[in-house]
Amino acid sequence: MSRSQISDFVVDEVTENAYIREAYGKTLVELGKEYPELVVLDADLTVSTKTNLFGKEFPRRFFTMGVSEQDMMATAAGFALAGKIPFASTFAVFATGRAWEHVRQSIAFPNLNVKIVATHAGVTVGEDGATHQALEDVALMRVLPNMTVIVPADAVETEKVIRTLVEHRGPAYVRLARAKFPTIFKKSYEFEIGKARVLREGNDVALFAVGIMVYEALEAAKILERDGISACVVNLSTIKPIDIETVVKWAGITGAVVTVEDHNIIGGLGGAVAEVLGEYCPTPMKRIGMRDRFGTSGDGLKLLEYFGLKAKNIVQAAHEILEFNSEKKSVVI
Amino acid sequence: MVQRTKDVEVLKEIARKVRIDLLNALHRAKSGHTGGSLSSVEILVTLYFSELRHDPKNPRWEDRDRFVLSKGHGVPALYSVLAHAGYFSRQELITLRKPGSRLQGHPEYDLDIGIEASTGSLGHGLSAANGMALAAKMDGKNIRVYALLSDGELQEGATWEAITTSYYRKLDNLCAIVDRNRFQNDGAMAEIKDIEPVPDKWRAFGWEAEVLDGHDIAGLISAFEKARQTKGKPFVIVANTTKGKGVSIFENKGHYHGVAPNDDEIKIALNELLKDEESGLRLEKLAGKELRLELDKLFGVSTI
Repeated sequence: MSRSQISDFVVDEVTENAYIREAYGKTLVELGKEYPELVVLDADLTVSTKTNLFGKEFPRRFFTMGVSEQDMMATAAGFALAGKIPFASTFAVFATGRAWEHVRQSIAFPNLNVKIVATHAGVTVGEDGATHQALEDVALMRVLPNMTVIVPADAVETEKVIRTLVEHRGPAYVRLARAKFPTIFKKSYEFEIGKARVLREGNDVALFAVGIMVYEALEAAKILERDGISACVVNLSTIKPIDIETVVKWAGITGAVVTVEDHNIIGGLGGAVAEVLGEYCPTPMKRIGMRDRFGTSGDGLKLLEYFGLKAKNIVQAAHEILEFNSEKKSVVI
Repeated sequence: MVQRTKDVEVLKEIARKVRIDLLNALHRAKSGHTGGSLSSVEILVTLYFSELRHDPKNPRWEDRDRFVLSKGHGVPALYSVLAHAGYFSRQELITLRKPGSRLQGHPEYDLDIGIEASTGSLGHGLSAANGMALAAKMDGKNIRVYALLSDGELQEGATWEAITTSYYRKLDNLCAIVDRNRFQNDGAMAEIKDIEPVPDKWRAFGWEAEVLDGHDIAGLISAFEKARQTKGKPFVIVANTTKGKGVSIFENKGHYHGVAPNDDEIKIALNELLKDEESGLRLEKLAGKELRLELDKLFGVSTI
């Protein structure tokens, strides 16, 4: 496989790991200088979500709402109704679970310009355990009309996403995590809402991934290459509106799809891709992710291994689906 | 700017007409919240014709005062008030609860018709009002924000999150009103989950509270004045009201929380509210098409 099939946006080798929530906090500070109407709300997790960085720079535009997630979401709606650009942050499980109905009625339904940026999603939360590991947040936000749902893959993409959203009108949910993510993108990476990025082209199997799992998918593609399998890797960071064209194109080329996420496969990326393919391009697929279960305490990154969310698991899924396809073909013949 | 008045007789007459139109709209819609609409009429009329700085001809005026109907189910009363204030024609009230209508069963954010926030799910509106009040303070604007809550809504935990925020943020540009009609969907609040003592609870949360008769327009005018004079903390008016106020058969009847008047009930209601010269015919003698024609006349429309 020639190097030209790998996107120019991807670094040759990962040399850095970075907190994507820190990229969020730093980007807020930068944007705060450019956008006087930007306000930030947080529900007693300002140090963890890194909104405290904004709070230090712009105390008059920073609102600590206390442990009151529902109040925070509807207050953010009030700010939006008054023409401000509110960013509301807390842990993903509270932002999307505790406050879901406030997000539905007061933000999504009136299509208000509120950006919900939640951290500590997925099993990489680690030791805090299942109560704090949001594995259904994408599902909860995805079903809301008007809501845009984005899962950045690294710190570079996180910055681009936040910069893009400040200019975007309408509600959006951004899923961030606690753990350090490998920095897989060069600074030149370009993000566009609703546009999937093909990071590596391949003809045998398509790996659709989000978040930290994009890195694992890229690693899996390298292993598969050694096995003589040409894998395509697509970063589907905008889960909604999903890039139907790109999903259908690469499912059509490969005829074999693996989705990869640190979220319940029900309602998450796996569900979203299955919906698209079921309607537009039925294709055999495997879903790597949390298989309808809660998480557990443990070291955040090691939990990826514990739950079978590593490159080797993707490789295995790719082999299984290719085997399935060949058996199916032989049956047809 | 709408011409504001403190003339109680003028406001009472507006309230009477608002009741007629909201009941007519509910009857035509065949569903909706009668009791909690009627209990809010004087509060809303006093707000829109005496207190709020607003301009129905320029509903996006940046410096307008804001009103959030946190008890969104009472929106027939608000639609009727907004129509009388000139946001849209009274004829449009006949589209209440119809597909595609701007007058949905619960209010949808739409500045063109004077609706400042989508509400209907209880426990949201005061938070939204807080956001508006905080934004006004941030911008150094002399905007006042009003939110009308139901008493049943005080059973929502999120309401108390918002009450805490208004106090902590010293939102003296915010005035909440509680429509204390003592009924909720399932019946009398005292028999379901009582929330007394209401004013003491708000005071304990740091608010200035005033208790009054929510149908006494003069009292409402002076309470709003007092709220404006109060500095450093938010102000709540606990307005004791009668559910179904203004129509004998609806007053203090829990049944009419979420039930619209039928043909027999609308005739009784309008006979109590209409002046002799307003109805050429005795409504109780009418039925079917004839009744519909007469009710159409009240709206100035023809639907047959």
